[in-house]
Amino acid sequence: MNAPAIDRRKFGSRASSGLFELLRPLLAVAVAFAVAGLVLALFGYSPGAALTALLRGSFGSPNAWTATLQKTGPLLLTGLAVTLCFRCGAWNIGAEGQLYAGALSATWIATWLLPGAPAVLLVPALALAGAAGGALWGSIAGGLRATRGVSEVISTILLNFIAIQIVSLAVHGPLQEASGAYPQSEAFPAAARLPAIARIHLGLPIALMLAFGSAFLLFRTALGLRMRAVGLSALASRFAGIRAERHLVLALALGGGLAGLAGAFEVAGVTGRLFERLSPGYGYTAIAVALLARLHPIALIPSALLFGMLEAGGGAMQREAGIPSVAADLVKGMVILLSVGFAVAKQGPRALGAPDAVDEGEKGT
Amino acid sequence: MEALLEAAIRLSLPLLVAALGELIVERAGLINIGTEGMMLCGAFAGYAVAVSTGSPVAGVMGAVVVGLAVGSLFAFFAVVRRVDQIVVGTAINLLALGATGLAARSLYHGSAPSAPGFAPVAVPFLSELPFVGAVLFRHTPYVYLAGLLALTIGIWFAHTRGGLRLRAVGESARSADSQGVRVNAFRIGAVLAGSALAAVAGSILTLAQSHVFTEGMTAGRGFIALTIVIFGRWSASGVTLAALFFGAAVALQHRVQARGVDIPYQVTLMLPYVLTLMVLAFGSRGSGGPSDLGRAYRREAR
Repeated sequence: MNAPAIDRRKFGSRASSGLFELLRPLLAVAVAFAVAGLVLALFGYSPGAALTALLRGSFGSPNAWTATLQKTGPLLLTGLAVTLCFRCGAWNIGAEGQLYAGALSATWIATWLLPGAPAVLLVPALALAGAAGGALWGSIAGGLRATRGVSEVISTILLNFIAIQIVSLAVHGPLQEASGAYPQSEAFPAAARLPAIARIHLGLPIALMLAFGSAFLLFRTALGLRMRAVGLSALASRFAGIRAERHLVLALALGGGLAGLAGAFEVAGVTGRLFERLSPGYGYTAIAVALLARLHPIALIPSALLFGMLEAGGGAMQREAGIPSVAADLVKGMVILLSVGFAVAKQGPRALGAPDAVDEGEKGT
Repeated sequence: MEALLEAAIRLSLPLLVAALGELIVERAGLINIGTEGMMLCGAFAGYAVAVSTGSPVAGVMGAVVVGLAVGSLFAFFAVVRRVDQIVVGTAINLLALGATGLAARSLYHGSAPSAPGFAPVAVPFLSELPFVGAVLFRHTPYVYLAGLLALTIGIWFAHTRGGLRLRAVGESARSADSQGVRVNAFRIGAVLAGSALAAVAGSILTLAQSHVFTEGMTAGRGFIALTIVIFGRWSASGVTLAALFFGAAVALQHRVQARGVDIPYQVTLMLPYVLTLMVLAFGSRGSGGPSDLGRAYRREAR
């Protein structure tokens, strides 16, 4: 009916893309920082001092760089987990729980099942176990969605809480250190620690490779094309002969695997133990990481670095300038709203606000 | 037994009020996973206003005002800008955590005063009844108002023109629009009502339960409220029963822990979530939820 108007809009947005598309995320980040600074000033803190502490704590010294990069790895992996799922139209809010599931399985391998194994065997085994644990956790949500029509938004949130309690149960019970002093696992044997250079462990280069791998999967393979088709419209993809449900389960399993790997790397590369509150909410921050990158795996790399910086600098802000580190959450929330809130609905699944790309498969037909 | 049931009602209260708010929102066809953040804002606003004015009633008012403000944010992005509701809700949760944490730290510097709160009010005569009196009629005013609210919402949905239209908007925005119902006006109204209720639910935590605000104190209650709506099959009575059930689970957990019974507390903590997942998985499929849940409505489309 009103096709001309719609067409013009599409062409218009294509013409304006390019430079502006590149600038938009930077603009979103700048405005988010400005608003957060304003809020800080409103509450009587000095935005300048906050920014100084943030930058010093994230890039100001070799130690700060290490801290930032240590947080970038898990954010990149969980961000990829969110990206693959969102691209396929699966609302994975559960990267946090999948991370915990991965950390738990890796710990089980490293401290209980094979603590005496050599590193060549142990490191791959715990990484695979972590990915498998996360994939399993993700596929529960996928399976429930595919077979029982349960919204993955709700189930992944529920599974987050369940995973965190299971980890708590494990470190108070079967996986608790022998001395029983603290609710934490036995320390990982040296052979189970990831190789590291200057405290930057193997997880980061692997995460980078997986980012390129995910981009290849999404944009250069038939499977990736089908996944994106399901994300754009499950109904239309079904007409094209794609089994949407199967792809949803696969996306959640793949995403869960990536998040689980993040959990395994965290225990084997950074902490060397499993304990409660292992993750400072990586799985939730991952949503901001992914949306700022507009669900593009390569763009996730700078995005994860930015949020890694926030995560590392937030701690320094609290120590040095007495500004609560939760101020970083303010920036995360603003970034999400600004990077998707004012985008013109087009490319990308409904994450970017395209109203006619909603999943119509649930309409009980 | 009386004490247990009394505690069940008391503990289910914030869940019930938040879930009733979410019920209104979902019936209009939106999912607000920002309920958690809105509760947190309400908990803080209720606390801060009550501390500075000395009046818990003013605290509740403050919570409502802040809830409406956060709700407008949600409505602007989710209804007007048609950004995905899950995304907006996630952003609001992060914003709320950051803003309330910052405000609490800046205003009270770790030495938070105790807020004046609501004391239980015994209903004349009824509270003297054996058993029922102790269980039902010696609560804070919140409880009586929440009961009234659930009843009102139930009747409003079923028997009024406005309630019917709201449900129509949630079932099929397009059909409702073709019947002359102003879809987005209803949706914005529902979001505002829902967020105000979520904020009031948060204020219950600080004005009737703990009397202090701590960072992130809602601890997932907003998400439980979300599952209660599903558990309660999108009806006011169902939601009330489901909230009571969850409250009873928490009360029972406290009781079990106090008695030193040998069940790990993690099991009782995760039980509500496991149970909800089970109900979702094995409950009758496809019944209950509004058909247009989670979909933005654009008049010009199609």
